[in-house]
Amino acid sequence: MSVSETTQERVAPIRPTQGPVAWARANLFSTWYNSLLTLLIAYLLARAIPGIIDWALIKANWTGDAAACRAAGGACWAFLAEKWRFILFGTFPDDQHWRPTLAILTMIGTLVLSADRRFWGRPLIYIWTVGLGFSALMMFGGILGLDYVPTELWGGLPLTLALSIVGLVASFPLGVLLALGRTSDLPVMRGLSVVYIELVRGVPLISILFMASVMLPLFLPAGVSIDKVLRALIGICLFSAAYVAEVVRAGLQAIPKGQVEAAKALGLGYWQRQRLIILPQALALVIPPLVNSFIASFKDTSLVIVIGLLDLLSTAKAALTDPAWRGFYKEAYLFVGIIYFLFCYALSRYSRHLETVLGQGRRR
Amino acid sequence: MTTEAIIELRGVNKWYGAFHVLRDVNLSVAKGERIVICGPSGSGKSTTIRCINRLEEHQAGDIIVKGVPLDDDVRHVESIRRDVGMVFQQFNLFPHLTVLENCVLAPMWVKKMPRAEAEAKARQLLERVRIPDQALKYPGQLSGGQQQRVAIARALCMDPSIMLFDEPTSALDPEMVKEVLDVMSDLAASGMTMLVVTHEMGFARRMADRVVFMDKGEVVEIAPPDQFFDNPQNDRTRAFLGQVLSH
Repeated sequence: MSVSETTQERVAPIRPTQGPVAWARANLFSTWYNSLLTLLIAYLLARAIPGIIDWALIKANWTGDAAACRAAGGACWAFLAEKWRFILFGTFPDDQHWRPTLAILTMIGTLVLSADRRFWGRPLIYIWTVGLGFSALMMFGGILGLDYVPTELWGGLPLTLALSIVGLVASFPLGVLLALGRTSDLPVMRGLSVVYIELVRGVPLISILFMASVMLPLFLPAGVSIDKVLRALIGICLFSAAYVAEVVRAGLQAIPKGQVEAAKALGLGYWQRQRLIILPQALALVIPPLVNSFIASFKDTSLVIVIGLLDLLSTAKAALTDPAWRGFYKEAYLFVGIIYFLFCYALSRYSRHLETVLGQGRRR
Repeated sequence: MTTEAIIELRGVNKWYGAFHVLRDVNLSVAKGERIVICGPSGSGKSTTIRCINRLEEHQAGDIIVKGVPLDDDVRHVESIRRDVGMVFQQFNLFPHLTVLENCVLAPMWVKKMPRAEAEAKARQLLERVRIPDQALKYPGQLSGGQQQRVAIARALCMDPSIMLFDEPTSALDPEMVKEVLDVMSDLAASGMTMLVVTHEMGFARRMADRVVFMDKGEVVEIAPPDQFFDNPQNDRTRAFLGQVLSH
């Protein structure tokens, strides 16, 4: 008798670990202050949600014109129905909107493929060459029977993506070089890198954009002008390179000195050591913070409005200046806010996922 | 020395700031000679062999390896490093590369050897250090003794004429020391010129042609192992041997 009874007595007391009650107990009412917070938030939601539903759905106006919207008093989705193409694509010729659409999808596809670790390495170069090349072809046109569209007509989401993605790709090598410079044994290289990084990190992006836009032309011979988008790109690239450099430097400093010594002892030269031994290890360590700094620079591109480029946020603003549709700020900003959120949230989830995956790799 | 010296240290001095780590170190190593360097910690023995492939810079005196002087000329440094293999206390394998990739890296990039040839050579050397079946694993998956044997194979892949060992067994668990020493003994028997910094006095007695005792940055005594262990000439040597051999 005793054997089975003792085993039964030793079983841990059974508590429900599944089901809504258990979930609520574990997550909402685990302590008295959690319970208090839960109740408080529930109260605030109860106050806010009916109003939001009322505005966004019940009193909302889905079709018709501005006058009908104002009469209904709720959200004016008709405004977005009218303006979404302008907000997304800016002043790109109306009948060509399939081109920026394809460009956006290609850029998103390129990002999604780069997220897959199986492609890391050489395939990534091909993916990016094809992705950026095809996007550029779609945006510029000029060959294969496509009409040429100058960058003055670009705007909206493709411009935002182009500025942030091309900015990232171009600033990355510069950032890595600056990080190597800052950790170099050569005093001149180190000095130059430190001065550059600290100078750029000491000023806001907005002033660099102004400089790129206003001062750069002053240094060029008369008659030569650089494309406005290119000027903004140069500004963004020079700016984010300094931040990339600091992130990469953190990775470089985390690599044990013995790695460099072993590489030296085998006869590898400086660039071989960096390329084959140090950077692969250092970059793997800093991919999560690099993704984070990319999120930051993605949002920072909205500052190009100060030099008159129509990025996603600027097109939303411009759509509001239409006399027929004045005043529908909430709808416009909600729309672009959701787009920004989708990109940034996807990236931040990805960065968390990477931290887990790469962390496992290191533990093993 | 009757034969020509392959490594020649003449009046080598080095300071870390005000601290005088190497004081007039003189040492001449013949081709095929096995030298064991021992001494208390901080005596400059590791620094001495690290100067031979320029992981540390000496500030006075001459170091000549196979007739090439170690100076500020990068080409001299690189040609010497190509010909001098080194094994570290902490193994220093490249953790992001497999065992095989660790081995073929330098032959392929420094000597421009084709991959197939480099891999064949690496597999042959992994067999020689008795781990042929671990070639596709990552260093983190191996035991310390296995990692150190990979490190030896990696250095040998460059066909060095000199091998430097910087306390190769000091970071190992006791049961793994023997497997590494066995590989080193094989290597010594094959005629490789070796400079070994170690506390393994048994290895020194069995394998060394000469034992060098260093203390406070100076070479105190150089003698064949029989004489060194049984009849040390210097008081400091006797005191040191008394401490390491007493247990």
